[in-house]
Amino acid sequence: MNLTELIIKGILILVLFGVTLLIAMYSTWAERKVAGFIQIRFGPNRAGPGGILQPLADAGKMFFKEDFIPSQANKWLFILGPCLAILTALMSSAVIPFGESIKYDDLVIPVQGIEINIGILYVFGVVSLGVYGLMVGGWASNNKFSLLGAIRAASQNISYEIGFGLSIIAILMMTGSLSIRAIVEQQHGFAWNLFNQPLGFIIFLTCAFAECNRTPFDLPECETELVGGYHTEYSSMKLGFYLFAEYINMFVSSAIISSLYFGGYNYPGMDWVRETLTGSLGAATGHNLATLIGTLVLFGKIFFFIFFFMWVRWTLPRFRYDQLMNLGWKTFIPLSILNVVVTGFGLLFDIKYATWAIVVVMVILALVSSARAPKPAVQPQRT
Amino acid sequence: MQLTNRSKEVSNKQMTLAEKMYLPAIAQGLAITIKHFFGKKVTVPYPEVKRYLGPVFRGHHILKRDEEGRERCTACGLCAVACPAEAISMVAAERKKGEENLYREEKYAAVYEINMLRCIFCGLCEEACPKQAVYLRHDKLVPIFTERDQVIYGKDELVEKMNDRYIRTNPDAQATPTEPSFSRSAT
Repeated sequence: MNLTELIIKGILILVLFGVTLLIAMYSTWAERKVAGFIQIRFGPNRAGPGGILQPLADAGKMFFKEDFIPSQANKWLFILGPCLAILTALMSSAVIPFGESIKYDDLVIPVQGIEINIGILYVFGVVSLGVYGLMVGGWASNNKFSLLGAIRAASQNISYEIGFGLSIIAILMMTGSLSIRAIVEQQHGFAWNLFNQPLGFIIFLTCAFAECNRTPFDLPECETELVGGYHTEYSSMKLGFYLFAEYINMFVSSAIISSLYFGGYNYPGMDWVRETLTGSLGAATGHNLATLIGTLVLFGKIFFFIFFFMWVRWTLPRFRYDQLMNLGWKTFIPLSILNVVVTGFGLLFDIKYATWAIVVVMVILALVSSARAPKPAVQPQRT
Repeated sequence: MQLTNRSKEVSNKQMTLAEKMYLPAIAQGLAITIKHFFGKKVTVPYPEVKRYLGPVFRGHHILKRDEEGRERCTACGLCAVACPAEAISMVAAERKKGEENLYREEKYAAVYEINMLRCIFCGLCEEACPKQAVYLRHDKLVPIFTERDQVIYGKDELVEKMNDRYIRTNPDAQATPTEPSFSRSAT
């Protein structure tokens, strides 16, 4: 690796890191804006035009609050908790391919933190480490509500990790690679995995909600039952880090969902765009510009999913804990195993859209069941 | 007693498979929220847009003049007596010769002060006044003050300006202006 490559790679990593932080920062603003709009309000609109400076104001507030450590808490673990949470959240974006490649002289540098051939496994490993942040923080607080929140977070994440992992096995079977870049490259153009794996997508999406501790699965911080959950005792920027880690996780899981199921930086007509640009602007510039367009497309998809996360959050109420566990263990795990089996049959007999069979059967069953359900008796209007 | 006809009877019947899948219901919910997302917002962004508060709103005090421009107040002190917050104080004086075009009655208020920190804007002074002299304007709020010496309002701020006469809209139902659009500020 020569110096130029090193510099370009370094700049690239710093830019990706900065963009991750920036998006997480503005997700807090966007969340409040979306919440406002969905509740027919305006959301924050005082700090700067449209409230655009609100994240800075929030960060300033967080920094100037008293940084309190309870006297009975385990001091070092108490500090370690939020550090772990934000560390693991930031680490997982390293393997996501944000674009094709940059051409400089005769160098070809992929737009990605690092390309490793077990990319998706790395993401899963880091995401499951994220539980430690919550567990350590909740345990070190020496507060029963924090501990309950931490236990909930741990059991929820572990339960949903199984469904999460099983749902992408179907994709791994189809692509034959663990590298996220390889998975994205196989979805070239408009051959997105979504069209082959509709059920897997829905399971993956729901599990991603659960992994990010977002509503409807935000049991770990359920205010009505647990005060503030695992971050009850936290204040100042330590609390800020926990909240920030949640938003970074949201960004990363949006990026992974769009890479795995929505084709990443692929979009219909990308070959034509590339040919036109390289034809008119020269090989290197045209290629870089085409890469940039692909990256923008990927970010468009990511923003859509971040919006979707918020949209769902402000629509659905929270699940009860037993409902959560039932959904994870009794619905998603069997369904994703079925999905794997059907995908296997599809690969064996070379049927491309085999998993649609599950969807069709489920829709038919649902229609039959609602048709056969006893009609509610017409209630006479009380006067 | 039935208040609306939108109430639904709750039942604990077995859910059908379609309902157990949640997804149709979730899609319905998402459709409702996205409709709200693009819908008209109900918030009135207050300092920029001011709503019309109706002709009965009780705002800034005003000491009225009559149609010839003479002060109506005769310093009888009934407003000060009626005031539950004891915000009003006044010093009466006798009208001199040649001041007939200034004061309507033979006695007038030389000093008339309202302590705006005490005032609770109940409007009892307005009701007590036998000369229709003191009113609470429906179209103007007492401005924010930041210093203690801005709190007590004297006659210079209270007496009606001749070039800016205050007329309360006829409170009869027919004449009451209907709710104006949010973009229109209070008149």
